Amino acid sequence: MKNTAKKIYIALIFIFLYAPIVTLMVLSFNASKTRAKWGGFTLQWYSALFQNRDIMEALGNTLFIAVISSLAATVIGAIACISMNGMKRRTRSVLLGIANIPMLNAEIVTGISLMLLFISLGMRFGLGTILLSHITFNIPYVILSIMPRMKQLNPSIYEAALDLGASPGTAFFKVVFPDLLPGILSGFLMAFTMSLDDFIITHFTKGAGVDTLSTKIYTEVKKGIKPEMYALSTIIFVTVLLLLVLVNAASGTKNEKAKEKES
Amino acid sequence: MTSKNKWLSAPYILWSALFIIVPLAMIFYYGLTDKTGAFTLENITAIMTAEHAKALWLSLLLSLISTLICFLLAYPLAMILAGMKISQHSFMIFIFILPMWMNFLLRTLAWQTLLEKSGVINSVLAFFHLPGINIINTPYAIVLGMVYNFLPFMVLPLYNVLSKIDENVINAARDLGAGSAYTFFRITLPLSIPGIISGVTMVFVPALTTFVISTLLGGSKILLIGNVIEQEFTQASNWHLGSGLSIVLMIFIILNMIVSALFDKESDGGGMEIL
Repeated sequence: MKNTAKKIYIALIFIFLYAPIVTLMVLSFNASKTRAKWGGFTLQWYSALFQNRDIMEALGNTLFIAVISSLAATVIGAIACISMNGMKRRTRSVLLGIANIPMLNAEIVTGISLMLLFISLGMRFGLGTILLSHITFNIPYVILSIMPRMKQLNPSIYEAALDLGASPGTAFFKVVFPDLLPGILSGFLMAFTMSLDDFIITHFTKGAGVDTLSTKIYTEVKKGIKPEMYALSTIIFVTVLLLLVLVNAASGTKNEKAKEKES
Repeated sequence: MTSKNKWLSAPYILWSALFIIVPLAMIFYYGLTDKTGAFTLENITAIMTAEHAKALWLSLLLSLISTLICFLLAYPLAMILAGMKISQHSFMIFIFILPMWMNFLLRTLAWQTLLEKSGVINSVLAFFHLPGINIINTPYAIVLGMVYNFLPFMVLPLYNVLSKIDENVINAARDLGAGSAYTFFRITLPLSIPGIISGVTMVFVPALTTFVISTLLGGSKILLIGNVIEQEFTQASNWHLGSGLSIVLMIFIILNMIVSALFDKESDGGGMEIL
């Protein structure tokens, strides 16, 4: 009885979270151009999508920015974590506090503050300014996922490696790095997701004529969203879903194998 | 890994200085000066004008309501999730991260389709002969949009702290004769405070400052403080006024941070280790 109630509750929240997503997927097969009416099943938006140069360009920009900014943020964040670990507690907490500012601050404030900076530096607004902004708001996510791992590290293992004759570089890459890797990867993924989904900061730091998917959708809101957008987001969503299921299945079998070995 | 590595933090420190500290300083510069560059408090006191004060009040009200609803929905959910078997953990977490891969503007726009007069929800309600709901382009729709978008930010930190509570502590309380309500209010709830604080912050701040959700679900008539600031920058091009109002907004964010810090002294990011 109690378990059924729990399941119903989870199911309700699940419906709440996924109802809009299902709606968008259904709309991507809707032959009628308006959202409000169902005009029969069609695949025409999927074929039209690949001929729509604007959307393809926005997709290209979005992916480019997400990949480069999350890679850069991961490198800067990981190096920062490693160096901060050796610092005095107080210095470290000040630095971590600064790192948290873009995450705790309102996105709109981060967006306009960067816009003011770029204007006063006389920079041209475009992919470059978007990229710099995305790296900035991605760094905290990387640091937050690596720092807890860093704290769990046992420094004596690194020292032991040094005592046994490893050079600091070898000791780091053979001993410390593998322990940090899960944190680094999840930080990268987190940063990638955040960059991909960002609208507000991009809105303030993009130039005229340069669009990511988010900003393109926002300008289309008043004119009406092109159904190709629904098709594209359905493709992206289903791809990610399949990838996650595959990764989960793969790690599941790995775990089972590990268990078998143990027994 | 000691002092030798200190210089390694240089790129990060330079980056933070240039892209976090300097930009914030510029907001203060613009917010505290007028067009001629002379010092003024006018941009800050502009919050008192009827139009701005109304927008700020509405933003505060809607974001507080949304935060409360998110908390009430998320807490039982996080408790259920925390009580589940470990093999299901990561799957459950994925379910909350996954929607983020569908563009946030499109997801919010989809609520228009769901909420419209002849939309999906009203058709379902009509089928069961229930009265329809007509909340699109009202503050109710904005609250719904906020809860929808920010609920995962409440669930994840709560889940993180709740799943770390040692079951033996709960069992001990029960063994000592505490009822389930008593155990909940004296043990579970106090132990989950760090998660509650991260969750509340992560919902309240974006809800308070949004301009997108109000644009998409509130029609064009309802202005939140975020809309006012956004318009000052993109349409009116009055950066001084926009910056001044942003400073006011930051005061509320900082207040929130101070309250959080008081509750959660060993905060190193609270329950944010998500994946």
